[in-house]
Amino acid sequence: MLKARISAPARARPGEIISIKTLISHPMETGNRRNSLGARIPRNILTEFVCLYNGRQAFRAELHPAIAANPFLAFHLRADASGTLEFRWTDQDGEVTTETRDLVVEP
Amino acid sequence: MSSNRSCGITAHSLMLALLAVAAACEMPGTGVASESEPTRTLTQALSGYEFQAEDTQALQDDPFANPGMLWVDQGQELWRDAGSADEPSCSSCHGESGDSMRGVAARYPAYDAETQSLLNIEGRINHCREKHQQQSPYAYESAELLALSAFVAHQSRGMPIDVFIDGPARTFFDSGQSYFYERRGQMNLACHHCHERNVGRMLRGDRLSQGQPTGYPAYRLEWQTLGSLHRRLRFCNVGVRAEPFSAGAPEYVNLELFLTWRARGLKVDAPAVRR
Repeated sequence: MLKARISAPARARPGEIISIKTLISHPMETGNRRNSLGARIPRNILTEFVCLYNGRQAFRAELHPAIAANPFLAFHLRADASGTLEFRWTDQDGEVTTETRDLVVEP
Repeated sequence: MSSNRSCGITAHSLMLALLAVAAACEMPGTGVASESEPTRTLTQALSGYEFQAEDTQALQDDPFANPGMLWVDQGQELWRDAGSADEPSCSSCHGESGDSMRGVAARYPAYDAETQSLLNIEGRINHCREKHQQQSPYAYESAELLALSAFVAHQSRGMPIDVFIDGPARTFFDSGQSYFYERRGQMNLACHHCHERNVGRMLRGDRLSQGQPTGYPAYRLEWQTLGSLHRRLRFCNVGVRAEPFSAGAPEYVNLELFLTWRARGLKVDAPAVRR
Protein backbone atom coordinates (compact mmCIF):
# COMPACT_ATOMS: atom_id res chain seq x y z
CA MET A 1 0.00 0.00 0.00
CA LEU A 2 1.36 3.36 -1.02
CA LYS A 3 1.42 6.16 1.52
CA ALA A 4 0.00 9.49 0.45
CA ARG A 5 0.08 12.91 2.10
CA ILE A 6 -2.50 15.48 1.14
CA SER A 7 -2.73 19.12 2.08
CA ALA A 8 -6.19 20.53 1.32
CA PRO A 9 -8.26 23.06 3.28
CA ALA A 10 -11.33 21.69 5.09
CA ARG A 11 -13.32 24.90 4.58
CA ALA A 12 -13.47 27.55 1.88
CA ARG A 13 -15.64 30.51 0.83
CA PRO A 14 -17.67 30.20 -2.41
CA GLY A 15 -15.51 31.01 -5.42
CA GLU A 16 -12.30 30.90 -3.40
CA ILE A 17 -9.20 29.53 -5.14
CA ILE A 18 -7.81 26.79 -2.91
CA SER A 19 -4.36 25.26 -3.05
CA ILE A 20 -3.99 21.47 -3.00
CA LYS A 21 -0.69 19.64 -2.48
CA THR A 22 -0.18 15.89 -2.79
CA LEU A 23 2.81 13.68 -2.09
CA ILE A 24 2.90 9.91 -2.52
CA SER A 25 5.57 7.34 -1.71
CA HIS A 26 6.58 5.55 -4.88
CA PRO A 27 10.00 4.48 -6.23
CA MET A 28 9.19 5.62 -9.83
CA GLU A 29 11.76 3.14 -11.12
CA THR A 30 12.53 4.13 -14.70
CA GLY A 31 13.30 0.70 -16.15
CA ASN A 32 16.55 2.08 -17.57
CA ARG A 33 18.75 1.38 -14.57
CA ARG A 34 20.75 -1.76 -13.92
CA ASN A 35 21.57 -3.38 -10.60
CA SER A 36 25.06 -4.29 -9.39
CA LEU A 37 24.93 -7.55 -11.38
CA GLY A 38 24.10 -5.76 -14.62
CA ALA A 39 20.51 -6.94 -14.77
CA ARG A 40 17.89 -4.41 -15.76
CA ILE A 41 15.67 -3.21 -12.89
CA PRO A 42 12.11 -3.52 -14.19
CA ARG A 43 10.12 -0.36 -14.74
CA ASN A 44 7.72 0.45 -11.91
CA ILE A 45 5.98 3.79 -12.20
CA LEU A 46 2.73 5.58 -11.52
CA THR A 47 1.14 6.53 -14.83
CA GLU A 48 -1.76 8.75 -13.87
CA PHE A 49 -3.02 11.08 -11.18
CA VAL A 50 -6.57 12.39 -11.11
CA CYS A 51 -8.37 14.70 -8.68
CA LEU A 52 -12.17 14.40 -8.74
CA TYR A 53 -14.26 17.20 -7.21
CA ASN A 54 -17.70 15.82 -6.42
CA GLY A 55 -17.09 13.10 -9.02
CA ARG A 56 -16.05 15.52 -11.75
CA GLN A 57 -12.48 15.57 -12.99
CA ALA A 58 -10.84 18.75 -11.75
CA PHE A 59 -7.18 17.99 -12.34
CA ARG A 60 -5.34 15.22 -14.17
CA ALA A 61 -1.68 14.48 -14.77
CA GLU A 62 0.12 11.83 -16.80
CA LEU A 63 3.29 10.58 -15.13
CA HIS A 64 6.26 9.25 -17.07
CA PRO A 65 9.57 7.54 -16.18
CA ALA A 66 11.44 10.84 -15.89
CA ILE A 67 9.33 11.91 -12.90
CA ALA A 68 11.36 11.66 -9.67
CA ALA A 69 10.55 9.20 -6.91
CA ASN A 70 7.78 10.16 -4.46
CA PRO A 71 5.91 12.47 -6.87
CA PHE A 72 4.82 15.82 -5.42
CA LEU A 73 1.99 17.60 -7.24
CA ALA A 74 0.50 20.96 -6.33
CA PHE A 75 -2.43 22.62 -8.08
CA HIS A 76 -5.36 25.00 -7.51
CA LEU A 77 -9.13 24.54 -7.57
CA ARG A 78 -12.04 26.94 -7.42
CA ALA A 79 -14.26 25.98 -4.47
CA ASP A 80 -17.86 26.27 -5.70
CA ALA A 81 -19.73 23.55 -3.77
CA SER A 82 -19.37 21.51 -0.61
CA GLY A 83 -18.47 17.91 -1.20
CA THR A 84 -15.65 15.45 -1.59
CA LEU A 85 -12.25 15.71 -3.15
CA GLU A 86 -11.05 12.33 -4.37
CA PHE A 87 -7.41 11.73 -5.27
CA ARG A 88 -6.51 8.70 -7.39
CA TRP A 89 -3.05 7.50 -8.38
CA THR A 90 -2.92 4.68 -10.94
CA ASP A 91 0.24 2.63 -11.46
CA GLN A 92 1.40 0.90 -14.63
CA ASP A 93 -0.45 -2.30 -13.68
CA GLY A 94 -3.72 -0.48 -13.16
CA GLU A 95 -3.56 -0.59 -9.37
CA VAL A 96 -5.27 2.43 -7.85
CA THR A 97 -4.48 4.23 -4.61
CA THR A 98 -7.31 6.48 -3.44
CA GLU A 99 -7.58 9.18 -0.79
CA THR A 100 -10.52 11.47 -0.08
CA ARG A 101 -10.94 14.77 1.73
CA ASP A 102 -14.15 16.59 2.61
CA LEU A 103 -14.52 20.23 1.69
CA VAL A 104 -17.13 22.54 3.22
CA VAL A 105 -17.94 25.62 1.15
CA GLU A 106 -19.87 28.38 2.91
CA PRO A 107 -19.75 32.18 2.94
CA MET B 1 48.19 9.37 -6.38
CA SER B 2 50.23 11.00 -9.18
CA SER B 3 50.63 14.74 -8.76
CA ASN B 4 51.32 15.47 -12.44
CA ARG B 5 47.64 14.84 -13.12
CA SER B 6 46.98 18.44 -12.15
CA CYS B 7 47.90 19.63 -15.66
CA GLY B 8 44.71 18.04 -17.04
CA ILE B 9 41.80 20.29 -17.95
CA THR B 10 38.78 18.00 -17.72
CA ALA B 11 36.45 18.22 -14.76
CA HIS B 12 37.59 14.83 -13.59
CA SER B 13 41.27 15.66 -13.53
CA LEU B 14 40.46 18.97 -11.85
CA MET B 15 38.84 17.00 -9.10
CA LEU B 16 41.86 14.74 -8.86
CA ALA B 17 44.05 17.82 -8.69
CA LEU B 18 42.00 19.21 -5.83
CA LEU B 19 42.24 15.90 -4.02
CA ALA B 20 45.99 15.80 -4.64
CA VAL B 21 46.37 19.25 -3.09
CA ALA B 22 44.25 18.15 -0.16
CA ALA B 23 46.23 14.95 0.27
CA ALA B 24 49.51 16.84 0.23
CA CYS B 25 48.45 19.05 3.14
CA GLU B 26 49.78 18.30 6.55
CA MET B 27 47.43 16.68 8.99
CA PRO B 28 47.01 18.51 12.30
CA GLY B 29 47.87 16.63 15.45
CA THR B 30 44.27 16.35 16.56
CA GLY B 31 43.76 12.67 15.87
CA VAL B 32 45.51 11.54 19.00
CA ALA B 33 43.39 10.18 21.83
CA SER B 34 43.88 12.19 24.99
CA GLU B 35 42.46 12.57 28.46
CA SER B 36 42.05 16.33 28.19
CA GLU B 37 39.02 18.11 26.75
CA PRO B 38 39.07 17.67 22.94
CA THR B 39 39.05 20.82 20.83
CA ARG B 40 36.96 21.35 17.75
CA THR B 41 39.05 22.36 14.75
CA LEU B 42 36.26 24.22 12.92
CA THR B 43 35.86 27.80 14.06
CA GLN B 44 32.20 27.98 13.11
CA ALA B 45 29.97 24.93 12.76
CA LEU B 46 27.58 25.06 9.78
CA SER B 47 24.79 22.61 9.13
CA GLY B 48 24.73 20.75 5.82
CA TYR B 49 21.60 22.83 5.16
CA GLU B 50 23.76 25.91 4.56
CA PHE B 51 25.50 24.17 1.66
CA GLN B 52 22.32 23.30 -0.26
CA ALA B 53 20.77 25.16 -3.16
CA GLU B 54 17.80 27.42 -2.35
CA ASP B 55 15.23 25.08 -3.86
CA THR B 56 16.57 22.14 -1.85
CA GLN B 57 16.38 24.24 1.32
CA ALA B 58 12.82 25.23 0.44
CA LEU B 59 11.88 21.57 0.02
CA GLN B 60 13.26 20.79 3.46
CA ASP B 61 11.56 23.78 5.10
CA ASP B 62 8.08 23.00 3.79
CA PRO B 63 6.71 20.44 6.27
CA PHE B 64 4.33 19.19 3.65
CA ALA B 65 6.57 18.98 0.59
CA ASN B 66 9.53 17.48 2.48
CA PRO B 67 9.53 13.89 1.18
CA GLY B 68 11.19 12.69 4.39
CA MET B 69 7.85 13.28 6.12
CA LEU B 70 6.50 10.20 4.34
CA TRP B 71 8.83 8.16 6.54
CA VAL B 72 7.92 10.14 9.64
CA ASP B 73 4.25 9.30 8.97
CA GLN B 74 5.07 5.64 8.50
CA GLY B 75 7.19 5.73 11.65
CA GLN B 76 4.25 7.04 13.63
CA GLU B 77 2.18 4.05 12.49
CA LEU B 78 4.94 1.60 13.41
CA TRP B 79 5.29 3.38 16.75
CA ARG B 80 1.74 2.32 17.65
CA ASP B 81 1.96 -1.12 16.08
CA ALA B 82 3.02 -3.85 18.48
CA GLY B 83 3.60 -6.46 15.80
CA SER B 84 2.00 -9.15 17.97
CA ALA B 85 -0.92 -8.96 20.41
CA ASP B 86 1.08 -10.10 23.46
CA GLU B 87 3.92 -7.63 23.18
CA PRO B 88 3.98 -3.91 23.84
CA SER B 89 4.29 -1.35 21.05
CA CYS B 90 6.66 1.60 21.34
CA SER B 91 3.67 3.72 22.36
CA SER B 92 2.80 1.36 25.27
CA CYS B 93 5.88 2.60 27.15
CA HIS B 94 6.74 5.92 25.52
CA GLY B 95 3.30 7.40 24.89
CA GLU B 96 1.06 7.66 21.88
CA SER B 97 2.43 10.82 20.32
CA GLY B 98 6.09 10.06 20.65
CA ASP B 99 6.56 13.48 22.27
CA SER B 100 8.50 11.75 25.02
CA MET B 101 11.24 11.23 22.43
CA ARG B 102 11.74 14.99 22.16
CA GLY B 103 15.42 15.76 22.59
CA VAL B 104 16.57 12.15 22.31
CA ALA B 105 18.08 12.52 18.84
CA ALA B 106 20.01 15.55 20.06
CA ARG B 107 21.91 13.48 22.65
CA TYR B 108 22.54 10.27 20.72
CA PRO B 109 24.74 8.24 20.17
CA ALA B 110 24.96 7.47 23.88
CA TYR B 111 26.74 4.87 25.99
CA ASP B 112 24.48 2.08 27.17
CA ALA B 113 25.63 0.63 30.49
CA GLU B 114 23.60 -2.53 30.11
CA THR B 115 25.15 -3.69 26.84
CA GLN B 116 28.39 -1.77 27.56
CA SER B 117 28.26 -0.45 24.04
CA LEU B 118 27.62 2.78 22.21
CA LEU B 119 24.13 2.94 20.74
CA ASN B 120 22.81 5.33 18.13
CA ILE B 121 19.08 5.86 17.59
CA GLU B 122 18.87 2.89 15.24
CA GLY B 123 20.76 0.70 17.72
CA ARG B 124 18.51 1.83 20.56
CA ILE B 125 15.34 1.04 18.59
CA ASN B 126 16.62 -2.43 17.75
CA HIS B 127 17.75 -3.00 21.33
CA CYS B 128 14.23 -2.11 22.53
CA ARG B 129 12.72 -4.42 19.95
CA GLU B 130 14.75 -7.37 21.14
CA LYS B 131 14.54 -6.73 24.85
CA HIS B 132 11.02 -5.39 25.37
CA GLN B 133 9.11 -6.53 22.33
CA GLN B 134 10.72 -9.93 21.81
CA GLN B 135 11.01 -9.18 18.11
CA SER B 136 13.92 -9.69 15.80
CA PRO B 137 15.87 -6.48 15.13
CA TYR B 138 15.17 -4.59 11.94
CA ALA B 139 17.83 -4.76 9.26
CA TYR B 140 19.87 -1.56 9.12
CA GLU B 141 18.58 0.64 6.28
CA SER B 142 15.27 -1.27 6.17
CA ALA B 143 12.19 0.85 5.47
CA GLU B 144 10.90 0.17 9.00
CA LEU B 145 14.08 1.21 10.81
CA LEU B 146 14.39 4.32 8.66
CA ALA B 147 10.78 5.22 9.37
CA LEU B 148 11.07 4.76 13.13
CA SER B 149 14.40 6.59 13.38
CA ALA B 150 13.00 9.42 11.24
CA PHE B 151 9.96 9.60 13.52
CA VAL B 152 12.14 9.77 16.64
CA ALA B 153 14.66 12.20 15.13
CA HIS B 154 11.88 14.48 13.89
CA GLN B 155 10.69 15.00 17.49
CA SER B 156 13.97 16.79 18.21
CA ARG B 157 13.81 19.12 15.25
CA GLY B 158 15.19 22.54 16.18
CA MET B 159 16.87 21.35 19.37
CA PRO B 160 20.61 21.94 19.82
CA ILE B 161 22.84 18.88 19.63
CA ASP B 162 24.69 17.98 22.82
CA VAL B 163 26.20 14.51 23.26
CA PHE B 164 27.94 13.12 26.30
CA ILE B 165 31.51 11.97 25.67
CA ASP B 166 32.90 11.57 29.17
CA GLY B 167 33.29 8.41 31.22
CA PRO B 168 32.84 5.14 29.37
CA ALA B 169 31.80 6.94 26.18
CA ARG B 170 35.27 8.46 25.89
CA THR B 171 36.91 5.36 24.40
CA PHE B 172 34.30 5.25 21.64
CA PHE B 173 34.70 8.96 21.07
CA ASP B 174 38.48 8.71 20.79
CA SER B 175 38.22 5.91 18.29
CA GLY B 176 35.71 7.90 16.22
CA GLN B 177 37.96 10.95 16.33
CA SER B 178 40.97 8.94 15.16
CA TYR B 179 38.91 7.56 12.30
CA PHE B 180 38.07 11.09 11.19
CA TYR B 181 41.73 12.07 10.90
CA GLU B 182 43.08 8.80 9.49
CA ARG B 183 43.88 8.56 5.81
CA ARG B 184 42.22 5.70 3.98
CA GLY B 185 41.46 4.25 0.57
CA GLN B 186 43.27 4.49 -2.75
CA MET B 187 42.84 8.29 -2.63
CA ASN B 188 44.63 8.27 0.72
CA LEU B 189 42.29 10.89 2.14
CA ALA B 190 40.92 11.39 5.63
CA CYS B 191 37.47 12.80 6.38
CA HIS B 192 39.00 16.08 7.50
CA HIS B 193 40.76 16.71 4.19
CA CYS B 194 37.40 17.40 2.56
CA HIS B 195 35.21 18.36 5.50
CA GLU B 196 37.57 20.67 7.37
CA ARG B 197 40.36 21.76 5.03
CA ASN B 198 38.33 22.25 1.87
CA VAL B 199 34.90 23.21 3.15
CA GLY B 200 32.95 25.37 0.71
CA ARG B 201 35.06 24.43 -2.30
CA MET B 202 33.63 22.48 -5.21
CA LEU B 203 34.14 18.76 -5.64
CA ARG B 204 32.90 18.42 -9.20
CA GLY B 205 29.26 19.53 -8.99
CA ASP B 206 29.08 19.34 -5.23
CA ARG B 207 29.97 21.95 -2.63
CA LEU B 208 31.95 20.36 0.19
CA SER B 209 30.11 20.67 3.47
CA GLN B 210 31.51 20.32 6.96
CA GLY B 211 30.11 16.80 7.16
CA GLN B 212 27.72 17.68 9.97
CA PRO B 213 25.24 14.87 10.76
CA THR B 214 22.35 17.09 11.90
CA GLY B 215 19.76 16.02 9.36
CA TYR B 216 19.94 12.23 9.28
CA PRO B 217 18.08 10.13 8.39
CA ALA B 218 17.94 12.46 5.40
CA TYR B 219 16.26 12.42 2.02
CA ARG B 220 19.01 12.67 -0.56
CA LEU B 221 17.87 13.67 -4.02
CA GLU B 222 20.61 11.50 -5.47
CA TRP B 223 19.25 8.45 -3.64
CA GLN B 224 15.63 9.39 -4.36
CA THR B 225 14.89 8.03 -0.92
CA LEU B 226 15.55 8.47 2.78
CA GLY B 227 18.87 7.08 4.02
CA SER B 228 20.73 6.76 7.29
CA LEU B 229 23.93 8.56 8.26
CA HIS B 230 25.76 5.26 7.86
CA ARG B 231 24.65 4.98 4.27
CA ARG B 232 26.09 8.45 3.75
CA LEU B 233 29.36 7.39 5.46
CA ARG B 234 29.60 4.32 3.22
CA PHE B 235 29.12 6.61 0.25
CA CYS B 236 32.01 8.81 1.48
CA ASN B 237 34.23 5.75 1.95
CA VAL B 238 33.51 4.53 -1.55
CA GLY B 239 34.23 8.07 -2.80
CA VAL B 240 37.82 7.88 -1.54
CA ARG B 241 37.97 4.29 -2.79
CA ALA B 242 38.14 2.77 0.66
CA GLU B 243 36.41 -0.44 1.63
CA PRO B 244 33.22 0.69 3.42
CA PHE B 245 32.05 -0.87 6.66
CA SER B 246 28.56 -2.29 6.82
CA ALA B 247 25.90 0.13 8.01
CA GLY B 248 25.54 -0.14 11.77
CA ALA B 249 29.17 -1.24 12.23
CA PRO B 250 30.78 -0.12 15.53
CA GLU B 251 33.37 1.91 13.57
CA TYR B 252 30.57 4.03 12.10
CA VAL B 253 28.75 4.40 15.43
CA ASN B 254 32.02 5.65 16.98
CA LEU B 255 32.48 8.06 14.10
CA GLU B 256 28.86 9.14 14.51
CA LEU B 257 29.58 10.04 18.15
CA PHE B 258 32.58 12.13 17.11
CA LEU B 259 30.64 13.82 14.31
CA THR B 260 27.71 14.56 16.59
CA TRP B 261 30.00 15.98 19.27
CA ARG B 262 31.64 18.08 16.55
CA ALA B 263 28.17 19.38 15.59
CA ARG B 264 27.23 20.36 19.16
CA GLY B 265 25.19 23.53 19.27
CA LEU B 266 23.81 22.98 15.79
CA LYS B 267 20.11 22.21 15.59
CA VAL B 268 18.68 18.85 14.62
CA ASP B 269 16.96 19.26 11.24
CA ALA B 270 15.95 15.67 10.46
CA PRO B 271 14.52 14.59 8.13
CA ALA B 272 16.70 16.91 6.06
CA VAL B 273 16.74 17.16 2.28
CA ARG B 274 20.21 16.97 0.79
CA ARG B 275 21.47 17.05 -2.76
